[in-house]
Amino acid sequence: MSSGGGAWSPYVVGGLIGVLSMATFYFSDKPLGVSTAYARLAGMIARLFSKGHTDSLKFYQENNPKIEWEVMLTFGIVLGALLAAWSGGELTGSWVPALWAERFGDGVGLRLGVAFVGGVVMAFGARLAGGCTSGHGISGTLQLSVGSWIALVCFFAGGVFTAMLMFGMGGTR
Amino acid sequence: MNAEPRTLQSSALLPVGAAAGPKSSDAGGKAEEKPDSAKQLVLGFLFGIAFGFLLQKGGVAKYEVLLGALLLTDFTVMKVMLTAIVVGMVGIFSMHAMGLVKLHVKPTRYAANVIGGLLFGVGFGLLGYCPGTGAAALGQGNYDAVVGILGLMVGSHLYAELSGPMGATVLTWGNRGGIMLPDLIGMRLRVFLPVFVPLLVGALFLLERWTG
Repeated sequence: MSSGGGAWSPYVVGGLIGVLSMATFYFSDKPLGVSTAYARLAGMIARLFSKGHTDSLKFYQENNPKIEWEVMLTFGIVLGALLAAWSGGELTGSWVPALWAERFGDGVGLRLGVAFVGGVVMAFGARLAGGCTSGHGISGTLQLSVGSWIALVCFFAGGVFTAMLMFGMGGTR
Repeated sequence: MNAEPRTLQSSALLPVGAAAGPKSSDAGGKAEEKPDSAKQLVLGFLFGIAFGFLLQKGGVAKYEVLLGALLLTDFTVMKVMLTAIVVGMVGIFSMHAMGLVKLHVKPTRYAANVIGGLLFGVGFGLLGYCPGTGAAALGQGNYDAVVGILGLMVGSHLYAELSGPMGATVLTWGNRGGIMLPDLIGMRLRVFLPVFVPLLVGALFLLERWTG
């Protein structure tokens, strides 16, 4: 309610993401999913340092550390969001989100430190759970996967718990 | 108890034509994968542009909207996700029934789904973006997402380092394969969907009524 949502109705956007899912199944035989892209990129970097060791890891044997479909999808997301924000005059160009600054001050170091730790924990969780908010939360749930529904509930349970600890019940406003 | 749901699942899925081969749906632990063709890489990029565009226009690339979802003060994320789920569910199961697409049901592993899911949620609260919306946040100019993405890469690699022992322990606890919600209650897919889809639509209407 307080943050104004997006430029387009959430139902229009959600409906179009549903149609986009149908398109990726039909044209690419793949569900929308993003988190594996970061793992592949990480593996590509790790290979520069230690090829033998990286290739010996079970995860990278099952998920080639190469530029694959999800990696291109993720690059596309960055560009698509840039186009959308530019066309709508919503480019932010900021290091510290306003809501964060309201609560924790506008120090860049604290924000980036917490963002980094959050990213580490989130990716580890995504790999363990087998997907993220896209792969489990949309693509898995829409195929009625039991594990995806469980994961989605746990994403929000962990997220609500953490956010309430950080900002207090019901937020600061 | 363990074998039954799989039988039910295949009976729910098999009658619908082309996609019934061994490579169809729930091949959870595919050992090796084929590299994607150049055409698929281009398609992936185009689909990504569309996805990122929609995420930004939906407002879900904004830190305030995502944190609002977790603080239960902004329901944009829930509305976007539920609508996407309903439309995608109807569309993809219809296309599957016509033999146009294969399903890709991720394996259910109770312990890994719960522990990994909760960890993911903690990270979500701290970072304020998820993997997809983080990429979109970066595109829209939230530079803090860059550091979040570095964290995502480090966390992914950390998991890869432990993927051997993880695969032998947590991932095996409560591993049920590609089971689907109708299997849990022993219902056929074609009976389940006409009940479940209206329930999800009803949930959307209630959400809209309560939150405006």
